Amino acid sequence: MVYIPHTDAERRAMLAAVGVEDIAALFADIPEKFRYPQLDLPEPLSEMETLQELQFLAGLNLNANTTPTFLGAGAYRHWVPSVVDYVISRGEFYTAYTPYQAEVSQGTLQSIFEYESMICDLTGMEVANASHYDGATAAAEAVIQAYNVFRKKRNKVVLAPTIHPHYRQVIHTYTQGMGLEIVGGDDPTTTLEQLIELADEQTACLILQTPDFLGQLHDLTGLADAVHARGKDAQFVVIANPISLGLLKPPGDYGADIVVGEGQPLGLGLNFGGPYLGFYATRQKYARQMAGRLVGKTVDIEGKVGYVTTLTTREQHIRRDKATSNICSNQGLMALAATVYMAALGKHGLRKIAELNYHKAHYAADAIDAVKDFSVIRRKSFFNEFVVRCPAPVEEINAFLLEGIEAVEIIGGYDLAQDYPLMANHMLVAVTEMNSRHEIDLLTEALSAFDN
Amino acid sequence: MNLDTDVRFLETHEWARKEGDEIVIGITDYAQSTLSDIVYVELPEAGDAFDKGDQFGVVESVKAAADVYLPVSGKVVAINSALEDTPELVNEDAFGEGWMLRINPTNPAEWDELLDAEAYQKVVEEEEAA
Repeated sequence: MVYIPHTDAERRAMLAAVGVEDIAALFADIPEKFRYPQLDLPEPLSEMETLQELQFLAGLNLNANTTPTFLGAGAYRHWVPSVVDYVISRGEFYTAYTPYQAEVSQGTLQSIFEYESMICDLTGMEVANASHYDGATAAAEAVIQAYNVFRKKRNKVVLAPTIHPHYRQVIHTYTQGMGLEIVGGDDPTTTLEQLIELADEQTACLILQTPDFLGQLHDLTGLADAVHARGKDAQFVVIANPISLGLLKPPGDYGADIVVGEGQPLGLGLNFGGPYLGFYATRQKYARQMAGRLVGKTVDIEGKVGYVTTLTTREQHIRRDKATSNICSNQGLMALAATVYMAALGKHGLRKIAELNYHKAHYAADAIDAVKDFSVIRRKSFFNEFVVRCPAPVEEINAFLLEGIEAVEIIGGYDLAQDYPLMANHMLVAVTEMNSRHEIDLLTEALSAFDN
Repeated sequence: MNLDTDVRFLETHEWARKEGDEIVIGITDYAQSTLSDIVYVELPEAGDAFDKGDQFGVVESVKAAADVYLPVSGKVVAINSALEDTPELVNEDAFGEGWMLRINPTNPAEWDELLDAEAYQKVVEEEEAA
């Protein structure tokens, strides 16, 4: 096979067709001095030299696997069992793009079916799609579902101010031009009662996150009824941390209409911020308003088990220009990673991980709270993340932690002043099963040594 | 092909039948046979108002999803809620049990702009030939 797309004869024919002498003539409008600028590049390197240079540069980074890290805020450092990368690296999965002739790819369909089934179990919902790009886009799709459930007649969306700030931004971006009124403000002390007050008969949905961006757990029992009553059946959407669901009651049990979230904690690693995974589950009666695809298990005419794409109602290839979603592909490889992770851990393993997160975070909170001038804010219970009031700007404390203690550099928590102006000097600290007791003790030791 | 001669038609294969002051709307037998097995019918709600030619719903079959358009302007008085659970009624009886909407027309003069059975038959024949 020839990989050079055009022959000289073809080029000449094309130039003749547009009436130009040679290729250089096509660039005549660009001033000559800009056509071949001196780039001042260093001499080329051999493969060996290039690799050494890149390894040197990579070595300048702090490695999240070995550096004590207390940064979460939506992306969490969890242990990824080796089996996850082993399975997703198999050529059959690794190289495949979204299967357009889906039924030929039985293995891919089976893995999506398993993924969707597991997400349903985890969230307590009836249907789950094959995934979105990340938690933020999944949350935006929940708004679009609610908007479509009410046939585009309700334009009000209530967002809790403690939803991840990036998610709220993405919801605004995704729904531009839809004429939505997005309310909820950004005061993190807003109560659930005040939030529900904002719902009315024009409300398409109310969205809450638990644990929220500040790590707080909300008791949502009875809330679905309140939202449905006040908002005249407005959809109640819950954004959840999937690891926390190993321990906590699934949102489906307390009446959520849609459950979404970031699937990164399910065996994806930090991945430098992406690719991530948005999971999405809802009630069966809303399946037709949901984006993405549903994969089902069936039997063929000979009674053999097979997997099929059962429903893809909102996608372009079925609705053409009337499609309400352009999400035709999913994060297939990431969904597979999450599936392998959940299968490897099982129900009890996931509960164990969740418990480790909970207990280590509470150990860390107690230890930090005991450090002079630092205090943990405990308005509500928390899962694996909590807010610490600091005696100085978080930026300064993080710079101090990076200098290290006992020759160990520490990556501190998230500076909440970036998103909530009233929360200057407040640090969001995440603790997972990866933070050993030694790491936590090093952190408190370093904080004790911080002298403002 | 089954063609009801008491009704008027749109080129896009919807039918309209006068019943007193109201007009009943559906898709033609030809439309249902072309779409094949219908698995879902999305309809508006009673009280919704549309202009002639507006899309009022979607009919989804195992082969395709087709938008359906309103033959005359009007306000929806009732929808055939039986189609929610038994969309196959459209396949079985497109001009009867498979009806979709009952509307109150807001511009009765539009009725005369619709195709009669003979003109619609020609549309179908042309499509068949194409």
